[in-house]
This record gives sequence, C-alpha cells and structure tokens, in this order.
Amino acid sequence: MTRPQTTDAPALAASSPAARAAFGFWRIVGFVVLFAVALALPFLLSNFRLFQFTLVFVYAIALLGLNILTGYNGQISLGHAAFYAVGAYTTAIMIDKWDVHYALTIPVAGVLCLVAGFLFGIPALRLEGLYLALATFALSLAVPQILKYFEHWTGGSQGIVLSKPAPPLGLPLTPDQWLYVFSLAILVILFVLATNLLAGRTGRAIVAIRDNPIAAQAMGIHTALYKSLVFGVSAAYTGVAGALSAITIAFVAPDAFNVFLSITFLVGIVVGGLASISGAIFGAFFIQFVPNWAQDISKAAPWAIYGIFLIVFMYVMPRGIAGTIRLAWARLGRRLL
Amino acid sequence: MDIFLQQVVSGIATGGIYGSLALALVMIYQATDVVNYAQGEMAMFSTYLAWSMINAGLPYWVTFFATLAAAFVGGILLERIVIRPVENAPILTIVIVCIGLLVIFNSVAGWIYTYTQKPFPSPFPNRPIKIGNVIFGAHDVGAITVTLIVLLLLYVFFRYTTLGLAMRAAAQNPVSSRLCGIRVGWMLALGWGLAGLVGAVAGMMVAPVVFLDPNMMGGILIYAFASATLGGFTSPGGAVVGGVIVGVAENLVGTYVRFIGTELKLTVALAIILIVLMVKPSGLFGRPAVHRV
Repeated sequence: MTRPQTTDAPALAASSPAARAAFGFWRIVGFVVLFAVALALPFLLSNFRLFQFTLVFVYAIALLGLNILTGYNGQISLGHAAFYAVGAYTTAIMIDKWDVHYALTIPVAGVLCLVAGFLFGIPALRLEGLYLALATFALSLAVPQILKYFEHWTGGSQGIVLSKPAPPLGLPLTPDQWLYVFSLAILVILFVLATNLLAGRTGRAIVAIRDNPIAAQAMGIHTALYKSLVFGVSAAYTGVAGALSAITIAFVAPDAFNVFLSITFLVGIVVGGLASISGAIFGAFFIQFVPNWAQDISKAAPWAIYGIFLIVFMYVMPRGIAGTIRLAWARLGRRLL
Repeated sequence: MDIFLQQVVSGIATGGIYGSLALALVMIYQATDVVNYAQGEMAMFSTYLAWSMINAGLPYWVTFFATLAAAFVGGILLERIVIRPVENAPILTIVIVCIGLLVIFNSVAGWIYTYTQKPFPSPFPNRPIKIGNVIFGAHDVGAITVTLIVLLLLYVFFRYTTLGLAMRAAAQNPVSSRLCGIRVGWMLALGWGLAGLVGAVAGMMVAPVVFLDPNMMGGILIYAFASATLGGFTSPGGAVVGGVIVGVAENLVGTYVRFIGTELKLTVALAIILIVLMVKPSGLFGRPAVHRV
C-alpha cells in the first residue's frame, strides 16, 4: 500500500547528513531571498498585479488551513468555502454595520470560525472518508442559501460593498500596496504558527491520527478531541483568509462562496502538495493564475483543467509541487555530495 | 386538509426519486465498498447522451436502453482506465480522483451542451391521475415504478446469482476473494458499470422534473445522501423509507413553516444529516459499524 500523503521524511532520510544540512541551509537562503523579493514587488508591479498577488496570499492562508485538516489529519473537507464565507461576512458586517476598524475584525473572524469549525467537527467525528466529504459538501451547498436568507444582515444576493482601507500613519503607499503588505504580514505570522503547531508533539499526534487512528488512540492520544480541534484550527485559518479576502476585494456576495470554491481549495492543496506547508503557496499561485489563462479557451475550460490536474497529480506527483521539488533536491544532493 | 394530503402525496413522489438514488448509493456501496462521488455527474452526462439521441430522432425506449448500455460500458471503462491505477491507494486519493471526475464531467457537459436548461421528455402520459381531491403526476408514478424495477433486479442479482455473490465478496474481503479465484479487479469494474447504469436510469427519470442542466444532480445527490443517512447506510430498504420521509418532510416544512419556505430547502437536508449523525449515527434501520482491529 502506498501512502502518497505522508511527509517527505523518507526521501530526506535516504540522503546523506551532509545533503540534509545543505538542504536546511539552502532552504533558509531560499526563504530569505523569497521574502526579499516579496517585499520588493509592491514597488515594481502595477496595482492590479498587486491585487492578484494579495489574493494569492489570501488563498495560501486558506489552503494552509485546509491542508492542516486534510493533508496532516486526513479529514476530507469539501465545505471550507463555508468557513471562508463566515470569515468574509463577519468582517463585512462588522465594518458595514458597526463601523469597526478592519484590522480588528480579522481576529474576531478567526475566533468565530474556530468555534464554528470545532462545533461542526463534533458530528463530523462520526464520519470518515467519503461520508465526511459528502457531509461537508452539503454544508457548502447550504451556505449560499443561508446567506441569502438573512438578508437584513448580509444584504441578500446583492451582497455588501466595502471600501478599501487607506494605509495607516500616513505611509506613502497606495491602498493596494498597503493591503499587499498587510496580507503578507498576516501570512507570515500564520505560517510560523502552523509550522510550530505541526513540528511538535501536537503535530505528531495529528499525523498519527491520520496514519493509524487505532494505534494513536492506544498510545493515549484523545482522538476525538484532537480531530475536532484540528477542524476548528483549520476553519479559523480559512476564516481569517475569508476576512482578508473581504477587505481586499471590498465586496462580498453569497454566490462567490459556492461549492466550487471548496473544490478549488481542494485542487490547490493537491497541486501544491498534501501535508506540506510550502505547498499552500504553490497551490495558491496555481488557483489564482491558471484559471485566468484557461478562461481564454472556454468558460468551462478552467474546471476541465482542474479535474485533469487533480487526477494527473494523484498519479504522477502525489506529493504535489512542493514534494516533487524536495524529492528532486534530495536526488540532486545525493548525486553531488 | 386537501392541501395537507396533496403535499404529502407530492412529497412521496419526490421522496421516491430521492429514495431510489439513495438506494443506488447504498447498493453500489455494498457492492464495491466505495461511494462513487462522481455518480451524480455520470448520471447527468448519460442523460445528455440520451437527449442527443432523442434529438437525433430515435424513439424514447430505444434511447433508454442504448443509454443504459452506454452508461454501463462507460462505467467499466472509467474503472479500468482512471480508478485502477489508484485501486490500493488510501481513501483520500480515491476521493480526490472521484472529485476530479465529477469536475471533468460537469465542465465537459457545460462545454458541449452549454449551461442553459433543456427540457427532457417523459415516456409517461402528461395526464395527471386524480383520486378524490388528490392529484398524482403520471410521470412521478412511472418514474418510481421504473427505478424500483431496476433496483429489484439489482437486489435479485446481488442476492441470488453467483456473480452477484462474487461481487459482494470482492468488496468485503478482496484478499480472501482473490484466493478463492474471484477476479477482484473485474468485479470492481462491474460495480462501476452498474453504478453508471443505475445513475443513468435515475438521471433520465429526474430530468423531466428538474430540467436538464450540468448542475442538476448536485442538490438531488445531497437529498439522496440525507435519505441514506436517515435510513441507515447498511440498509437498502431503509434508504427508500428515508427518501420518502425526507421528501414528505421537505414539502410539509416548506408549506407550513413560514420562515423556511423554499429558500432554505438544502439547509433542511444538511440539518437532517447532522442531527441523524449526532443522535443515531447508524440511521433508523442500519447496523452499527463494527471494525476488526
């Protein structure tokens, strides 16, 4: 039995210690260079491109949340558009109705989604694999209807229009540049948090539940509690992403949060790399830019391409882009050193 | 009172459709140990095939059986080509591949036939059947009869034939079945073929009611899932009863509970799924799942 979603530890363990050290060193160098490039971009690109990159960061946060649940914990969710919607609407309503500062709405959206995800995670404990996928699928089908129903709060199918926030402290930035920096900061914070969560004892427990729930329970892991908590954390990440998307796009409407958004997230983590933190970024680039190119062929083409990528990646690159890069690096290192 | 009776009757009619799709899900689950996620979209695609044939001038029942044959062969081919490489992979992989298929079918149908709704003919007379003050749609009665016949045939096949027994054995214990000389791979392929066939029947029976468009099966699949959950995933009879309960409840709630109306119908299905899972996860008629460690 192959287990494509396991982490890349075996591939790295197979290489020599020197290669591993080199990998660690080059990885840090890589991150520093990436970060420098990311900081330079706002001054090089047009506002529209910056807007697109901001959305990449937003998607990356959502994908990381889904990957914690699906990639690391093995629970499939086709309902993350629902949590994304809860986050987005929390922010939009707080700004629109109560005039709250946009930065303050983000932690509120996160906490609300944490609670919602935890609560949804409890009945989801009874479900595995396909059934969980179907129950969460039902969740994301129901959400647009619910949003339209509470018209007084959500503005019905018209949605809520917001205005883009101006940079604080009189910084000499355009709103798009500021949102880019703002989202990047939140992305970095959340990625560091996720790395710490998954690297330690808790992370090993989460992975153990995925690989063998019975053995994990026998070793004293509270499976039910962990699974619901992971659902909550995952929903919180997605909720924060939704809140950021509401601020960035400055508009929320119920039909944007349909079931296809949930499938898009799933495509993102599969293409980026299941159970890999950097995979979220590759996946986010994929779901932001590939549909735009495919749209030129036909209205239906992006989805056909998504479907083909889902299947082809499962066959030839089950660890996604991130896993393949790591594997290639490990092979290269073995040959050179 | 008349309104109440009428709502119950039309609830039973829609419930019968939910129930037959739920029954299909349950039976295919028992035969292959996989809930075929793309089944709804496969059904939708077969129905489009039927639509093309009818538009080309073929009579209805010729089209009906030709579509069934095409769906059966198509299901087998899908298993051989797409599913077989990931046969032994973890469930997550299979789910993702199935979702890939779902998306491909949906977008290819949209690409070829566009997203506009198309009417689909019914083989049954248009005239409603009237008993007292209550009206039965002839199509509803016919649709339920046809699907029940197909599922009765399936039941007989699984229960009383050697091939059906072999399929069930292959699903429950692939390794032992292999040792007994059952060709496990082909049994799975047959299971997919049957899933395609049952789906095609359900699709052609549903299409005259909801009209034909690439997204027509999404909502129905969720109702079918709610029915199967309510009846119990291990009980075929329960799936039908669950379907009827869901159909009637949906209609009565929509008529008498003002704040739900027709806008929150899918939410009712979601609530049913969640409540059943929390209160009685094995459903009304199901057996609790037992795992060997």
